[in-house]
Amino acid sequence: MPRKEIGLESTIDYLSILDTKGKPDKDLEPRIGKELLLDMHRAMVRARRFDEHQLRWQRQGRLGTFAPVIGQEASQIGTVAVLDDQDWMVPAYRQSAAALWRGTPLAGLLLYNAGYNEGGEIPEGQNDLPIAIPVASQIPHAVGIGYALKQEGSGHLAMTYFGDGATSEGDFHEAMNFAGVFNTPTIFVCENNQYAISVPREKQTRAGTLAQKAIAYGIPGIQVDGNDILAVYSAASEAAERARKGDGPTLIECVTYRMAVHTTADDPGKYRTQKEEEQWQKKDPIERFRKYLTARKLLNKKKIESLEEELEKEVKSAWDEAEQRMAELDRHPEVMFDHLYGEMPAYLGTQRKAMTDEDDDANG
Amino acid sequence: MAELTMVEAINLALRQEMEKDESVHVMGCDVGVNGGVFRVTDGLCDRFGEDRVMDTPLAESAIVGMATGMAVKGLKPVCEMQFSGFSYFAFHQLESQAARMRWRTRGRYQVPMVVRMPYGGGVRALEHHSESREVYYAHTPGLKMVIPSGPRNARALLVSAIRDPDPVVFFEGKLIYRSFREEVPEKEETLPIGESRIARDGDDLTVVTYGAMTQRVLEAADVLSGEDGVEVEVIDLLTLSPLDDAPVAESVRKTGRLVIVHEAHRSFGPGAELIARINEKAFYYLEAPVQRVTGYDTIVPYFAREQAYLPSVERIVAGARTALEF
Repeated sequence: MPRKEIGLESTIDYLSILDTKGKPDKDLEPRIGKELLLDMHRAMVRARRFDEHQLRWQRQGRLGTFAPVIGQEASQIGTVAVLDDQDWMVPAYRQSAAALWRGTPLAGLLLYNAGYNEGGEIPEGQNDLPIAIPVASQIPHAVGIGYALKQEGSGHLAMTYFGDGATSEGDFHEAMNFAGVFNTPTIFVCENNQYAISVPREKQTRAGTLAQKAIAYGIPGIQVDGNDILAVYSAASEAAERARKGDGPTLIECVTYRMAVHTTADDPGKYRTQKEEEQWQKKDPIERFRKYLTARKLLNKKKIESLEEELEKEVKSAWDEAEQRMAELDRHPEVMFDHLYGEMPAYLGTQRKAMTDEDDDANG
Repeated sequence: MAELTMVEAINLALRQEMEKDESVHVMGCDVGVNGGVFRVTDGLCDRFGEDRVMDTPLAESAIVGMATGMAVKGLKPVCEMQFSGFSYFAFHQLESQAARMRWRTRGRYQVPMVVRMPYGGGVRALEHHSESREVYYAHTPGLKMVIPSGPRNARALLVSAIRDPDPVVFFEGKLIYRSFREEVPEKEETLPIGESRIARDGDDLTVVTYGAMTQRVLEAADVLSGEDGVEVEVIDLLTLSPLDDAPVAESVRKTGRLVIVHEAHRSFGPGAELIARINEKAFYYLEAPVQRVTGYDTIVPYFAREQAYLPSVERIVAGARTALEF
């Protein structure tokens, strides 16, 4: 009847490849084609500029409350970039960078943030779930989708996103456990941006890392520098290979920082210091990646300028498109009854008709 | 007396009860340093410390479950759910445990706990931030369900809820959090849970409502008085469970006509229960079918079109005229 140490099978690695000057660790530098590197850079900048515009439009009252992605572009693009079209992406509510990469139109996100249900439409062929707001509630879905993909024997996988706060919810733990038990091809991407609104990561759990929560469920976990896109991409590639081979789920903790507000209804001045914000500013994932790409001569000032111009035009024309659509949609509040059921029950049809009749009265 | 918003009035109730009774604890996500996402708990952490104003990890079920344990052991937790739309994570703890503990132990244990949550639409918020699902809680035996309609009664009712020996779900209308101020005395004031109030006297028609819709009903009553010369009696329920139906029946015996207004969904809503009670207690006095002006039986649409979902002054006036013209 001995008392002895149980040798746990798992350990947790920390992975960082690019230093803050954009210099890679040559032994760890992943082989990524030039085209993909530039696509990833473009996607990061696109998501950031889009949010900067959205923050302005929100202040002007043209958009409602939304959760900016600013600061987390590497943790999203570095992970989503390993997916193919047949893989599934299951977001929370701050995954605009990942959603844009997958094909969500800018105008769609604008409609959503302007308060139109039509903004939740997912283009045909894009295998993503919609924005999920109740924290952690989407995570088990990625286990279910992963299980279904496994049943098909297709070698495809499901990737889900959530934050540090979500790791306190039961849904997270239950989903991780199910993924382990059913050995599903699921990648859990925890974007640890240091705060659940105001509550800092240290108050969220006494554990030293979030990645180590994988150990309890018997699945691999890794912590990466979430502002280093090469590290994020490497970890995600390993996890994807594991999932595609039938070796099951992985938890990736991306250590990053929410450089802007939780949502536009939030005031970070209440709970974090300017000094802390400035320190993270120095670790800006886009700046770091740019230094790397510039050193590799894949990017230069001129190319950056022309990209910025192109994105500026794209975002503005997306607004025009969204605005036009809004004017049309405003005339039809009765769509609130549509898509509630496969077939509309009679009582709902009556309510829908009453609403359109009311509008006719008002207009007539 | 100070003129306070509902946010400030609730803050006053929490502060004073915490001063009077060391067993009162406030807990939830962001209630400490941040003072709550609506600033309802602003300043409490500085004043009473982190042991009594507890910033919890993000887990609604554990908040209510832990609070249940605290309450059984003699503390008085006041939990905050950030939005009622996130309270379903905790529904299991409320329904299966908090509401049943006294009943299950034949009175040995009690759960003197309050679960506060902002509810309702009209503030251009996101999905899950605009719902009005008070019936889930009103339908659950063992819970009390309180919904104040303004700063002064919110303060007085919250004090009573904190002192109540049973679990109370306390809904706070976001639409009226800051939309108007009322004089709220610094001196202690309580209101009994389970008692409605007459918000406006009238002889021609009874309109029953509660929470954030009370303001719209009072506006509609002014329109009806001005345009139709009709005087509406407005009853503000304040508590949904236990439901104070006697004053409604009494009013209906006087007016013969009843309209019920709520932003909750129509089917199986509070209006349906109230109509059943009136059928039992004042059926022969009704001169017209009871009208319901409610939220529709669909999910509250995203905010661009939420006003089309919510009962408007126009819809309330139209409902009243239908009842009057029958």
